[in-house]
Amino acid sequence: MPRLARTPIHLALITLSLLWTLPSLGLLISSIRPPADVLSSGWWTVFQHPFEFTQYSLENYRAVLGAAGMGQALLNSFTIAIPATVMPIAIAAFAAYALAWMEFPGRQWLFLAIVTLLVVPLQMTFIPLLRAYRDLGLTGTFAGVWLAHTGYSLPLGIYLLTNYIRALPQDLIEAAAVDGATHLKIFTRVIVPLSMPAIASFAVFQFLWVWNDLLVALVFLGGTPTVAPLTITLTNLVGSRGQDWHLLTAGAFVTMTVPLLVFFALQRYFVRGLLAGSVKG
Amino acid sequence: MLAILVGSGGVVALFYGANALVERFAPGRLKGRILPWVYLAPALLLLVAYLVIPTVLTVYVSLLDARSQSFVGFSNYISLFADPSMGEAFRNNIFWLVGVTGVSVSLGLLIAVLADRVGYEPLPKTLIFLPMAISFVGASVIWKFIYAFRPAGTAQIGLLNGVITSLGFEPVGWLVERSLNNFALIAIMIWLQTGFCMVLLSAAVKGIPQEMIEAARIDGANEVQIFWRIVVPMIRSTILVVSTTTVLLVLKVFDIVYVMTAGNQGTEVIASRMFKEMFSFRHYGRGSAIAVMLLLAVIPIMVVNIREFRQPTTR
Repeated sequence: MPRLARTPIHLALITLSLLWTLPSLGLLISSIRPPADVLSSGWWTVFQHPFEFTQYSLENYRAVLGAAGMGQALLNSFTIAIPATVMPIAIAAFAAYALAWMEFPGRQWLFLAIVTLLVVPLQMTFIPLLRAYRDLGLTGTFAGVWLAHTGYSLPLGIYLLTNYIRALPQDLIEAAAVDGATHLKIFTRVIVPLSMPAIASFAVFQFLWVWNDLLVALVFLGGTPTVAPLTITLTNLVGSRGQDWHLLTAGAFVTMTVPLLVFFALQRYFVRGLLAGSVKG
Repeated sequence: MLAILVGSGGVVALFYGANALVERFAPGRLKGRILPWVYLAPALLLLVAYLVIPTVLTVYVSLLDARSQSFVGFSNYISLFADPSMGEAFRNNIFWLVGVTGVSVSLGLLIAVLADRVGYEPLPKTLIFLPMAISFVGASVIWKFIYAFRPAGTAQIGLLNGVITSLGFEPVGWLVERSLNNFALIAIMIWLQTGFCMVLLSAAVKGIPQEMIEAARIDGANEVQIFWRIVVPMIRSTILVVSTTTVLLVLKVFDIVYVMTAGNQGTEVIASRMFKEMFSFRHYGRGSAIAVMLLLAVIPIMVVNIREFRQPTTR
């Protein structure tokens, strides 16, 4: 194409990129401005003299991590998200190996039944589970949320991992079996190392899903501050301090840091995981 | 810290323990029969406990009254259909479905095609994909700040009102104004979802054989004709998948509405309505009925989605 004809393309792309970046940029800038400034003038006014560093401070972050409880919530988010990622991976990987490489009656049928469970929206399960949780005393406990996230993620996890593990070269697995390796050895020495790309994609997807989840946490944890993850704490902050934009912007950025780090560090797995897992829940 | 270790390590230990037990005590032939079920047992147990049984129970509870004490037939469903606020939720959800799916898929396609023609392709794509990492709650706060409203005459701190007051208009309460607030919420979802559509569609666009496009160009087709006659038909199946995936996501949209307006001022959607029936009104019958309707709406879309696309992604 001639050079000139491309100008509209450049313009469109630059406009869209700016439009998509401005919201987050406004948040980031506001979160490092002193409270009085945030509440009295628009964040774009910093561009009048952007290098006057006295107009920036980290005070909002100190306030939000301390008194506003986001520090505790950050810990809670890790406490929820890490086991809620490890547990489904371990359980789904063992199940996937059995479904892909072990002989037993009803194997195909069972796999189909598990895939069918992908259609169930989480909402379908809340009321009976909530009652059972109350009777068992699991409401408001970390274990309760881990198990819920694990249960919900298994159809997708088993589906993805079974397809991947089934496609591994048969020779490798048979060779290991001929050498007298037990199933557990084949699984840990051959299957798991070879399936790392699929496991990593699922891990990234599941971790972000749990980290960013609000609904499951609200239903099974309620609002208790000692166990509430970042998403709940931030939501409560919107409710109770809705006009304190210096706190809300810093708080929102705290919730975003970990997903953004994952995004930049593991972009390849991130994209693959998102694409594979987008239909969940 | 301890909790993380216990939770993560426990599961792995469980498998090793169970495996060791079977290896040690089961006789040779039986071992081969039992072991698959040992590997499958935790998964099946959780699937049955968290998905199968609750789903069946929810269908049953939807036929009972508020406290699940007596059988009421379909009257929960009938009262939901007669309820004006549920009607509003349905209307809004359809609005969301059309708005989010239409805009984010076409915008995603546009960006995919345009970015394909410039040298700095990864940059706009990364910037537009980035919001996918942000939670709905985080995104809601970001946009609530953009929509922030101050009375006329005071300095505006929300970007949108900042722009329109500088153009000489009166500031607008974007989240309160009933003709606008649904658009304001839908815009958030578009912001989040366009990147996803773009990444999938961009991969599909790159998969179109270059010779085909060259041939069309030699035959005198212009860029617009190439787009509609070659690009769109060639990636039809990806468009379908991206659309159904977005529809599934939007059908269950909850967080944005819950954080931004809590479903007030005419912004209720199906999932936020269900949450209210469960936790505010404690009417489990109607809450379950809404869940069942959601399931019925999801099934056909999911079938199309899985049939069209599941194989290609898992590669």
